[in-house]
Amino acid sequence: MRRDVLFLLLMVPGLLYFLVFQYGVLFGNIIAFKDYVPFDGFLGSAWVGVQNFTAMLGDPAFWHAALNTVEIAVLQLVFYFPAPLALALLLHSLTSSTLRRVVQSVVYLPHFMSWVIVVALAQQMLGATGVFNSMLSGAGLHTVDIIGNPTLFKPLTVLEVVWKDCGWGTIIFLASLTQVDEQLYEASAIDGAGPWRRFWHVTLPAIRPIILLLLIMRIGDILSVGFEQILLQRDAVGPQAAEIIDTFVYYKGLIAGNFGLGAAAGLVKGVIGAILVFSANRVSHRLGEQGVYK
Amino acid sequence: MSGNARPAWMEKPHKATLAAKGVALCVVVLLVLVPFLVVVATSLSSTKSVIKNGGWVLWPTDPSLEAYRQIFSGGIVGHALLVSIGVTVIGTLASMACTIGLAYALSRPKIFGGKPLLLVVLFTFLFPPGMIPTYLMVKNLGLLNNYVALVAPVLISVFNLVVLRGFFQSIPEDLFEAARLDGAGNFRILLTVVLPLSKAALAVVSLFYAVAYWNSWFQASIYMNDDHWPLQQVLRTYVLSGAQMANSNGGDSAMSAPQTIQMAVLVVATVPILLVYPFLQKYFTKGVLTGAIKS
Repeated sequence: MRRDVLFLLLMVPGLLYFLVFQYGVLFGNIIAFKDYVPFDGFLGSAWVGVQNFTAMLGDPAFWHAALNTVEIAVLQLVFYFPAPLALALLLHSLTSSTLRRVVQSVVYLPHFMSWVIVVALAQQMLGATGVFNSMLSGAGLHTVDIIGNPTLFKPLTVLEVVWKDCGWGTIIFLASLTQVDEQLYEASAIDGAGPWRRFWHVTLPAIRPIILLLLIMRIGDILSVGFEQILLQRDAVGPQAAEIIDTFVYYKGLIAGNFGLGAAAGLVKGVIGAILVFSANRVSHRLGEQGVYK
Repeated sequence: MSGNARPAWMEKPHKATLAAKGVALCVVVLLVLVPFLVVVATSLSSTKSVIKNGGWVLWPTDPSLEAYRQIFSGGIVGHALLVSIGVTVIGTLASMACTIGLAYALSRPKIFGGKPLLLVVLFTFLFPPGMIPTYLMVKNLGLLNNYVALVAPVLISVFNLVVLRGFFQSIPEDLFEAARLDGAGNFRILLTVVLPLSKAALAVVSLFYAVAYWNSWFQASIYMNDDHWPLQQVLRTYVLSGAQMANSNGGDSAMSAPQTIQMAVLVVATVPILLVYPFLQKYFTKGVLTGAIKS
């Protein structure tokens, strides 16, 4: 296989990447059990057992971050998760395919914007001197400072996520809606089922597996509530309202230089996440659905 | 997908239903487009007229390109734009080369590793390695303040790898047989059979990479000094932190940059995405993505 040397060479950088920046880094998590000293490195630093973990569990800031993470996750699950499904149903019900394509092009767009841009747009629209507030004051009403208001921070993040990713989220629902057998609709319509009953007895059962699949994937990833998005806005409202586990890792580990503690918090989040994916998948198999993997 | 006609069995929709749908669609479309409109209009107006209007306009008043002239007359934004373009172009090329090589190897039934190698790759999807060890790895490799740090740690996206692999697998086996009979090795087959047949998937995946590199700012904020920043990080510091938030790492002179200039930077950071967007759109319709996502 001499002539394939070139081809094998093509694989090397990719494998090297996984070796160094995935598995090498994964191995670097051992510093969660060490007192990391930059000079001594990953291997040379002294083992300290679970000291970083006990320090983390004894830190009220960690529990605060965990609580915020769960609160934002639940808000997203309740208010963000159904949004793309609703929009997909609306788009699917359009009889003009041209109109549908135009609207799709518009609603997919925000997904490709960086969080920096989305947050800047949110400030421009909802900030103290933004579009929304000038409309309020123009109508003679009181203005509301939405950006920089700790009590409104969590709903604001959900709003931003809906704005950014609701359209993109419709793709997979739309694909499964087009695969529903047209004859089922026709037959039930002939049997006298109106639009609501057709939706309830044909559409919903047909797309149930995909809804469950996405729900499982979301639950598996539920502790990732938008690190970049929240980091960008944390300073505006303060850690009390906006610290999540990821920003805790960032500030404790990277900024304050407590690498061991930061790695410990990151590791805990990673392990819980993996367990969640694993058990969600088990549950879906129990329910007789396909699940994400076998 | 059916065309424009309503199927015969479907009842004529109620007027109220149609109106409600129309209103809902208009609201959705306006919610997406108005913020962009405000930003573009503000960036194209003169500073004076924007201040008089309370910080924003919906349509350019007293049109002026002054803001763009200022940000392109050298300085931090111009440099950041070059950094962003460089990282995006080189990063996308590097990512594509590595992803193609690995995806192709993993798509062929008998190439070494095979299934265990696939599991090794997929596992990283389940268990991402974490921010702190990644930072320390970059630091220990001596890559701090080196542009390589903006590419190497995110070189391959497992999602993109799986998309490409799925696409390569869908190529009929007969074509491989034929090429092999002609005496072509795996590398030749990749160049002459696989890649030409996968143009749509290659386009989508490279656009995904390009968008990710263009939009990235966090890596730059932890790995790079401020004279090495890409555009998004500059935007973050001078527009986000400068406008509303009291942030310690903001600059001083640019802090007071007028709204028009801030909005012009925002437009410059957005335009490249808008330029590639029609191409992305073209491939959505081909179902490349949905097929891939499902697999």
